[in-house]
Amino acid sequence: MGKPEDGEKKKKIKDVEISVPIVYGNAAFWLGKKASDYQSHKWTVYVRGATNEDLSVVVKQVVFQLHSSFNNPTRVVDSAPFELSESGWGEFEIAITLFFHNDVCEKPLNLYHHLKLYPEDESGPMSTKKPVVMESYEEIVFTEPSESFLARVQNHPAVTLPRLPAGFILPPPVPVEDESKRKRGDTKDHPLSQWFLNFSEADELLQLAAARQQVQAHIAKLKRQISMTGRNNQQFKPL
Amino acid sequence: MDAKDILGLPKTPLSITQEKKSRPQKDSQRKPDGISREVYALTGGVAPLMPSIDVSQLKRRPPSDEKITWQWLPFTSSARKDNLELYHWVRVVNGVPPTGDYSFAKYNKSVDVIRYTDEEYEKHLTDPKWTKEETDQLFDLCEQFDLRFIIIADRLPTTRTVEELKDRYYSVSLAILVARAPSLGEVPGHPLVKEPYNVTQEIERKRALSMVLSQTKHQERKDTEVLAEAKRIAESRLAAQAAEEPDIPATLDIGPESAERAVGSGDTISPSNVQVHAAAAAPSTSVIADNSSTLASLRMLRVYLRTYALEQMVQAASSSAGLRTIKRVEQTLQDLGVNLKPKVPTKAVCAEHLELRKEILTLLNLQKQLQYKEAEGSSFRDGSYGDMPGSSKRSQRAVDQDRTFVPDSISFGVIPGDRGVKREQKRKGPGRASETPSSPAGAHKRPRKMKASDL
Repeated sequence: MGKPEDGEKKKKIKDVEISVPIVYGNAAFWLGKKASDYQSHKWTVYVRGATNEDLSVVVKQVVFQLHSSFNNPTRVVDSAPFELSESGWGEFEIAITLFFHNDVCEKPLNLYHHLKLYPEDESGPMSTKKPVVMESYEEIVFTEPSESFLARVQNHPAVTLPRLPAGFILPPPVPVEDESKRKRGDTKDHPLSQWFLNFSEADELLQLAAARQQVQAHIAKLKRQISMTGRNNQQFKPL
Repeated sequence: MDAKDILGLPKTPLSITQEKKSRPQKDSQRKPDGISREVYALTGGVAPLMPSIDVSQLKRRPPSDEKITWQWLPFTSSARKDNLELYHWVRVVNGVPPTGDYSFAKYNKSVDVIRYTDEEYEKHLTDPKWTKEETDQLFDLCEQFDLRFIIIADRLPTTRTVEELKDRYYSVSLAILVARAPSLGEVPGHPLVKEPYNVTQEIERKRALSMVLSQTKHQERKDTEVLAEAKRIAESRLAAQAAEEPDIPATLDIGPESAERAVGSGDTISPSNVQVHAAAAAPSTSVIADNSSTLASLRMLRVYLRTYALEQMVQAASSSAGLRTIKRVEQTLQDLGVNLKPKVPTKAVCAEHLELRKEILTLLNLQKQLQYKEAEGSSFRDGSYGDMPGSSKRSQRAVDQDRTFVPDSISFGVIPGDRGVKREQKRKGPGRASETPSSPAGAHKRPRKMKASDL
């Protein structure tokens, strides 16, 4: 319904997958002397681009669902950076719901993060200067993205696009408003950015490749043994 | 009952149901109305459910308007050829005896055995294996005994199998039928033409039947197991698409069973190998099918998390594996220093992780297969046919002695026949040599071969 342009914008592109690498988690500072019974830590839960790029090209809104003991446990964040700061004493699971722009996806996506306040090493001293950080890497995959979405993000650093099918022509990107006027959505210079963890796939890939090699060698060996045994058993087949 | 009294309704139609209801109660309480108690007991007494004889009906039966007498009268039967007159009791109604043939005469059926003339015999029916005399005898007996071939086989002076007799009879009849038919068109409808007697098929059929009937319970169970297995394999084959390397058997569920069968029935190993490959083809192709259906369902979601996708794919890949196998896969991953859930789940990492898991599954299956093959080998060598590792002490000892076996590590090389024995002797000294001759019957090959190699 509506103008034919709308229909075109909503057209889905098959065989193209858009993935958005994100990191979500929290950083928690112990309040030290200022800590009280009910407010021992100040923590921030957030969702950021994995390379600290602005996610608002994809994400419209993030809802953080806190423990029911908090006032207004449902916290809505409408703009990047998508984060929420609070103070408290307890660790609990936070449900993070991502709402996307209309042309991106109509369904929201849920993430679950266990708020971490206390360091792994319980015996170590707690510092007010260095926060306890717990982050998880994740990739959001959009299958069959709409043309307008694709057009919007085709050159955006927050988004990973695969090679587009041959002969594929996208409409020119919509000119973005003046960057300086909008609030910065990226987290590159975020106050917490010095604590952000680095996620490099290279290490893991290396590890996996080495493991695979080992297993493959083992398999080849076993196959040889099996065929040998099979031949040997032939000698003893009952008459 | 009181209600009926009050309403003034007749009780008679209900009294029967009341009787039925009260019958489950004690016999002494309820005295049947129509007949005496002893007679009632004859018909089953107090019947709790459906009474076979309705008591009140018993008295009411005889129709009042007819006069019935029973008379001792003579009769003849058309079934007899000699006009013998016998006597029996006849129910005479109003002085009129029943008419018609003896009521059992209609059951006197016989077979129409085609008889040939001598001329016809000369022309169409000569056979190297049958003399005319014998054929005549056969046909006489057929007519006399209504094609009861087992009796006929007994009565014929010459020894012939039932199948031979049948074959001769049916082929002669067919030949005569065809010869006598005025035109070819009338013949095809006849049952002799439509379903000719097939000797070899009959012999085979009877043999198979007797085999099935004489199967022991043990064999029967085995057969049903294998059939169920084959059915499962066929079904999973239909469900998935083929295309799998023939030398990687992914599972070996029917491995031990096929080994047992091969040993038990004296078949060669190749059928069990074929079965192994069949079993192998099925699970791995079903894995492929699972993967593509998972991919399809992921695509339907429109948006999903990479970790979720990986979980689904892992589940699909391990769908054919039991809980223990999955635990072993995870243990192996840990041993290799790989995170069970990737820390940086990018597309590439997830793909590698999935492939690694699949390869570990293959590895575990191969280990199991090798285990079974080696056990098979040792059971062959011991001559303990039909035994499986652990089921007999002898083969168990052989397995233990032959090689140290740790399931998760690479097992040592296989012991091939004689040469293996020699090698074993070198390794383990005379102790091993004394082992084999002690194994009793069945190890015929062994001692002889040892002599040869000792020389």
